[in-house]
Amino acid sequence: MNRSYRILPIYTADVSGVCSALFELGGMVVMHDPSGCNSTYNTHDELRWYDQDSLIFISGLFELDAIMGNDQKFIHDIVSTAEALKPRFIALASAPIPYLNGTDFDGISLEIQNLTQIPTFFVPTNGMHDYTIGAGNALAEIVKRFVHQSVQKRSHSVNLLGVTPLDFGRQEMVEALKTTLTGAGWKVLSCWAMGDDLDTIRRSGEASVNLVVSAVGLRAAKLLQQKFGTPYVIGAPIGLLTKDVFQALERAEKTGVSQSAFDVPFDQEKASLTLIGEPVLMKSLMAHIYKKHHMIARYICPLEGCEEVLEQGDLLARGEEELEAALKDAELVIADPLYRPICPKNAAFFELPHVAFSGRCFQKGFINLFEPNSLIERCFL
Amino acid sequence: MLKPIRPQNSPETLISQAFFPLPFAPSLEFNSPAHGTWNIVHTGMQIPEAHQIYVCAANCMRGVVLTAAEMNASERFSMVILEEGDLLEGTVEDITIEGTADAIRKLPKRPPAVLLFTVCLHHFLGCDLDRIYRELREQFPNIVFFRCYMDPIMQKHGLTPDQKLRKAMLDAFPPCEASVRSISILGSDFALSERCELRSVLQENGYHAREIQDCSTFSDYFNLATSELFLSLYPAGKYGVEQGAKRLGRRFLYLPMCFGYEEIRQNWDKVSEELGICPLDHTSFQKKCDQALQTARDIIGTTPIAIDGTFHPRPLGLARLLMEHSFVVKTVYLDGISSEEERDFRWLQANAPTLTLKATIRPEMRRMPREQEEKVLALGQKAAWFENTPYFVNLVQGGGLWGYGGILELADWMKDAFFTEKDTRDIIPRKGLGCESCV
Repeated sequence: MNRSYRILPIYTADVSGVCSALFELGGMVVMHDPSGCNSTYNTHDELRWYDQDSLIFISGLFELDAIMGNDQKFIHDIVSTAEALKPRFIALASAPIPYLNGTDFDGISLEIQNLTQIPTFFVPTNGMHDYTIGAGNALAEIVKRFVHQSVQKRSHSVNLLGVTPLDFGRQEMVEALKTTLTGAGWKVLSCWAMGDDLDTIRRSGEASVNLVVSAVGLRAAKLLQQKFGTPYVIGAPIGLLTKDVFQALERAEKTGVSQSAFDVPFDQEKASLTLIGEPVLMKSLMAHIYKKHHMIARYICPLEGCEEVLEQGDLLARGEEELEAALKDAELVIADPLYRPICPKNAAFFELPHVAFSGRCFQKGFINLFEPNSLIERCFL
Repeated sequence: MLKPIRPQNSPETLISQAFFPLPFAPSLEFNSPAHGTWNIVHTGMQIPEAHQIYVCAANCMRGVVLTAAEMNASERFSMVILEEGDLLEGTVEDITIEGTADAIRKLPKRPPAVLLFTVCLHHFLGCDLDRIYRELREQFPNIVFFRCYMDPIMQKHGLTPDQKLRKAMLDAFPPCEASVRSISILGSDFALSERCELRSVLQENGYHAREIQDCSTFSDYFNLATSELFLSLYPAGKYGVEQGAKRLGRRFLYLPMCFGYEEIRQNWDKVSEELGICPLDHTSFQKKCDQALQTARDIIGTTPIAIDGTFHPRPLGLARLLMEHSFVVKTVYLDGISSEEERDFRWLQANAPTLTLKATIRPEMRRMPREQEEKVLALGQKAAWFENTPYFVNLVQGGGLWGYGGILELADWMKDAFFTEKDTRDIIPRKGLGCESCV
């Protein structure tokens, strides 16, 4: 039965994804939830919680209000907190019970916005989907509501879309990614959303190309394309794929056509390496390994909302049973360490900690994929 | 002075102006990075050989499954994920039964016990929990199922999931004969401190006291049911232990962890009466405590002290004890005041009216300035975080402190904490103080 899990954990869910994506943008995120969502988010999904300030709260929903459909306390608490703390915007996210109740989040958002004069919106969530959906929708809302309309394009400039600690760990990895791009003459206008504030992100329409470095950035990329005609490239400049990413950026800038930077040959019979994790980063890594070693690999996608990134031969596997079945003949696996128990005992395993899977369990062993001498490069050179 | 008639819509107040039992109005809630208190996963893992299975949606699951992972106990944890279709099609009961059965069948070894946690969704959908447990017991007659809940939506006006778990942990005890001169101390996450006089006095009088922390097999755990007297020392455990004692026909005593000499004496009077043992020499014990506190006071001097409600169930009782011994307590962090603390609250209002109470979950606390100009000694992880101090006593939920021995031990820890800097950034985000942690 695919819903039962013997040993694997579950990926960060949509509500935490919203919080992670909006953490640095100066807004206030309110999870409509009785208790656990906030603790789960800030303990396991948010590495910045101790050191960085962000207005992320839960509503503390309780039984009677949920049954009676009393939204007034929720609205009142948000309005009074917003008046005290003055956020740039207010984003709402829903846990399972408000979803079950059919809570009218759009109506509530409108009422709060009218009362506070602060932009307020609901990011569609219900606590039952992956972070890729929640974080992706959150960034899409930022495009819809905040990115300036009238802009002049700046050549050789790029926004990085889909950057959260859930996939990128610490800021050092983001800085290394930026350095790679600037070293090749690309100006990084904004990073969605680590290290840049809302004002910087609002100018994203000026970029000539958007670079989608995780599946979280896909929806925002599409909207930016609709809104400003900006093409996007899917891919992360890891190792030997870096050159391909730059070429794809050049092509996209020149032609206005969005494209993928990785084109990895697939041969199920010859695939001796298996990668599991976030698709853009894993497929970029896979492409680097192929270019360096001609080692054919296959990618297993365990996440929702990533279909556009997948290519022929990629496997979408949901739940522990499907994943275990997909891994049964694996010889060498690159994945988060918590996948190891479902891999064949004799398979070689390269640990690549992923916050969105194992949280902070392996935070001391994060690997910076954009660091020229990173462990992953050393191992696969 | 005018008395407050309602909780204050602010994150701090002088105690003289605080409303009992809720000094601060409910609002949006902030969660500080201090995570040393135990949750239901940690507590449930204390039952040897038992396996935990949670049935809930992804977002709720993440916190518990990673709790197990962080404490290197993933092999004792399984889960069943609920999806939208289950809610809309009314299949939550079926998925719960099938998923739990499937998770059990996948285990390399059949556990003697399963703690099955259902959630708010089961409650709101009116799931037939009796059916769920009946069918699972039919399928797995050799497994003891513990009926546990992770339903925080009910906790503000009813029992918390933590209290319910502590009850469930005793509900599973089978009816059995009581053994004479045996005592089970139940309902707490922490073993009674070795320095606590309760241990030695019971032993000297021929009583065998046992705790869950002494158990290494599930059979050991069930043997706790055979004691003739059940003791509860921890407030969150009281309800469950009392219910368990009633169901099994055992004697029951609640001897709350506390700091006031008078209440400690009352606890001991109950013990003496129930067990027929000689009264304690309270004067001697109190003198030792006074001396230990005086020594600590001489060292700590007028350094301000901050206490938080996760440190001990009686933060105000502790503040009172310290102030009665001339310590300078400036702040107590708490979000509500237990009815057990009303007397201490009133005493502090009258005798220490400038003592500040600060909330921990009010949203303003996210931006409360944390930089300190002077050294602060914190008692508790949240106080250490809010006060941004490396000088703190790292204890949660009262640890195993009880009675006069608890006060003596605390005085030693305060002296040690005053001199020894701790790595607050590294220590307090770890979950479940005392449990294994891979973080």
